[in-house]
Amino acid sequence: MSSKINSRIPEGSLEQKWTTYRSTTALVNPANKRSLEIIVVGSGLAGASAAASLAELGYKVKCFCFQDSPRRAHSIAAQGGINAAKNYQNDGDSVYRLFYDTIKGGDYRAREANVHRLAEVSASIIDQCVAQGVPFAREYGGLLANRSFGGTQVQRTFYASGQTGQQLLLGAYSALERQVGLGSVKMYNRHEMLEIVNIEGKCRGIIARNLVTGEITRHFGHAVLLCTGGYGNVFFLSTNAMGSNVTAAWKAHKKGAFFGNPCFTQIHPTCIPVSGDHQSKLTLMSESLRNDGRIWVPKKQGDTRKASEIPEDERDYYLERRYPAFGNLVPRDVASRAAKERCDAGYGVGASKMAVYLDYTAAIERYGKTKATQLNENNPGEARIRELGKQVVAEKYGNLFEMYEKITGENPYEVPMRIYPAVHYTMGGLWVDYELMTTVPGLYALGEANFSDHGANRLGASALMQGLADGYFVIPYTIGTYLSNEIRTKPVPTDHEAFVEAEKDVRENIARMMNVKGSKTVDHFHKRLGKIMWEKCGMARNEKGLNEAIVEIRALREEFWRDVRIPGSADELNPELEKAGRVADFLELGELMCMDALNRAESCGGHFREESQAEDGEAMRDDANFMYVAAWEYKGNTQFEMHKETLVYEKVKPSQRSYK
Amino acid sequence: MKLTLKVWRQKNAKDSGKFATYQLNEVSPDMSFLEMFDVLNEELVGKGEDPVAFDHDCREGICGMCSMYINGRAHGPMSGTTTCQLHMRKFKDGDTITVEPWRAGAFPVLKDLVVDRSAFDRIIAAGGYVSVNTGSAKDANNIPVPKHDADAAFAAAACIGCGACVAACKNASAMLFASAKISQLALLPQGKVERTDRVLNMVKQMDAEGFGSCTNTGSCEAECPKNISLENIATMNREYLLATVSKQPDFGGTGGAG
Ligand code: FES
Repeated sequence: MSSKINSRIPEGSLEQKWTTYRSTTALVNPANKRSLEIIVVGSGLAGASAAASLAELGYKVKCFCFQDSPRRAHSIAAQGGINAAKNYQNDGDSVYRLFYDTIKGGDYRAREANVHRLAEVSASIIDQCVAQGVPFAREYGGLLANRSFGGTQVQRTFYASGQTGQQLLLGAYSALERQVGLGSVKMYNRHEMLEIVNIEGKCRGIIARNLVTGEITRHFGHAVLLCTGGYGNVFFLSTNAMGSNVTAAWKAHKKGAFFGNPCFTQIHPTCIPVSGDHQSKLTLMSESLRNDGRIWVPKKQGDTRKASEIPEDERDYYLERRYPAFGNLVPRDVASRAAKERCDAGYGVGASKMAVYLDYTAAIERYGKTKATQLNENNPGEARIRELGKQVVAEKYGNLFEMYEKITGENPYEVPMRIYPAVHYTMGGLWVDYELMTTVPGLYALGEANFSDHGANRLGASALMQGLADGYFVIPYTIGTYLSNEIRTKPVPTDHEAFVEAEKDVRENIARMMNVKGSKTVDHFHKRLGKIMWEKCGMARNEKGLNEAIVEIRALREEFWRDVRIPGSADELNPELEKAGRVADFLELGELMCMDALNRAESCGGHFREESQAEDGEAMRDDANFMYVAAWEYKGNTQFEMHKETLVYEKVKPSQRSYK
Repeated sequence: MKLTLKVWRQKNAKDSGKFATYQLNEVSPDMSFLEMFDVLNEELVGKGEDPVAFDHDCREGICGMCSMYINGRAHGPMSGTTTCQLHMRKFKDGDTITVEPWRAGAFPVLKDLVVDRSAFDRIIAAGGYVSVNTGSAKDANNIPVPKHDADAAFAAAACIGCGACVAACKNASAMLFASAKISQLALLPQGKVERTDRVLNMVKQMDAEGFGSCTNTGSCEAECPKNISLENIATMNREYLLATVSKQPDFGGTGGAG
């Protein structure tokens, strides 16, 4: 392990680590909490839950978000659900099982201690949310409903229709607004963090830009929490919101925070395919659709017939064929790669030929027959069966089918949906220790912004769990360890030279961008970067492509700084300027992602190196050489140095994943 | 297809603003309404003009940030659809489309089509929550909630806080927004404890922000992209009545408080 990183995993058995940590770590007394200030950047599940919980404890909190309200953060768009080891269904779930599934699903590239803690606190999250008035789905007896999700064998996923993220975020948002009303949190909407401020080796604040007036402001904090989400938008097209960005994390990276496993990205198998050059983002169709839908392509290459004209025996249900044990429910990375393989080989469907069918015909028929039996209808005709089947499907997936129709103009009850994988989530992020602290003392990263819990692949319904675990139940304890030593630190006045310096850097960077006055729009560069990343650092990667990508990204970055055009001025609401700043950072991050992917010459989870596959095309992990977290240090001038955090598995014995 | 756009342009909050007309010649029916604006903005930047500022983020109909008043309707012609989910195939070649920001005293325009909706946050901060600190909750299944109530609470909680209800209302009333939160929490046992203060404080804040009163025209429900029901307003009125009665025992026979 590199001497520059220390994961600070507590001693003791895996099951006891968190309990022991919580009961032995230093505490901050209530009077002292009132004079300690904490800055939270981002107001999604991690940020809102952290800001609210820390304010409840008595800390003085400032919270920042770039949207017009904290309730808009992109956690809101999560559809499927949230996992918790409640074992309400009596089907054998336990903390250990959730822990094991997460470690295995992450393809043995996550830290055992963190994941175990995540599984331990998962149950309290559900309690907390229900107490806040989150309207989870319920059974007729009034108790909470569960479903199985993402191929797990137990039913541990809690959900609120297809809008679980929305309901959980609104719960956290209400807790946050309650603290705003009480005066314990000061909220800064429409503000973007553009720099962190370090003083004597510790993070002591941020520089932010007011997006309405362009004003640049300085903010002191005894500690700073980055809860700023993932960086999937480096690909231009992703399921992320338009504003999702890496800027806060990247600025922190350049000021000393190491970046963990940047190449680990999750490509979600069931998204609505690209329809043209105008496409600005991609829309996910919940994974739950794979529970009932069957995925197929024609057996004939370049088949131009309509789906309904292709007879059953001329269809290739390729997931069922390749993975008989799991079929359409294989993990996300496996399903995505299989779709790409078929399309690349010329079997894709739709106008672009970059799509596969997700077909509900069989499900509609099956549900229709069951329903007819329930209703005591003997000999229902085919039409009647379909009618009943459609009703059942509408109850389960109605909102998703409607969304599909709005976007594509096609009715998925009548014709199979077309889907294709899209970038969805980034497992990589700022490297953090057990306490969620980055390599900069006093600077923390929570939720998707950190690298910690999902290894090389995240399981469905685990992102919401991690965001809320970090914010509600981890940081309120771990931050005390640090702040108990800071009670004598007086707030640093923001005319301190470190603040002055940081603000100057921010202003210069903005002026430099504005002054390029080139000929091409920000989106022009963003789209080109996205294309390089998608083709060479996307679902499948190889040495040659990655080397090319690095050269191309460097050239593109140079061109950006020579030829980008940003209209308007810096002292007004200027969305083009906001985008430009974010794309400038993506143009640096993209290079690091390729370097990391190049270094990791194995296939694991969402990271598939073509050189590392078995004869049947399945991914091959290389534990002997790569059982580590790659933590990258910024060395100035887009130079990076890698440090290794060796992963030790005390509890789980790593094995090659197989879904056959 | 070819389209003519009449778009509200306003430099900042102080500017008085006016319509500008733009011609778009290659609009694909598969584009979303916002993607059409992306194309327009690319053209404007190319010509050295200022692009149209508009709010948006998720572009999948859930964050509530997009907010365009299209041809006289909040979020345009499709019911149950946000601006970002509206697609150009719903328009015809040669159409002229007028696009304005939300108009309401409590939602001042910041620039072009961007308005300030922070009044909504302040209404929630006044009482749209359950006062439960992290960690103090008991097991989630301790209190069963009838499925019917849970489903009804969810239907109210589906509000995305976009403000279309205010924009659609001739009185610029925020009743549908506030009532959705009030009925969600009133339906659940967890929310019942604070129902009296909640409704009083939220209504007080709504009035302080300058939102108008409700005259039952129902246009908020008609334009709501999430089909939030007018029934919530009836629930809120009931809650309010109960609360005023119980808070002022001298005025009512049923109030037993104090
Ligand atoms: S952009 Fe999020 S709802 Fe339209």
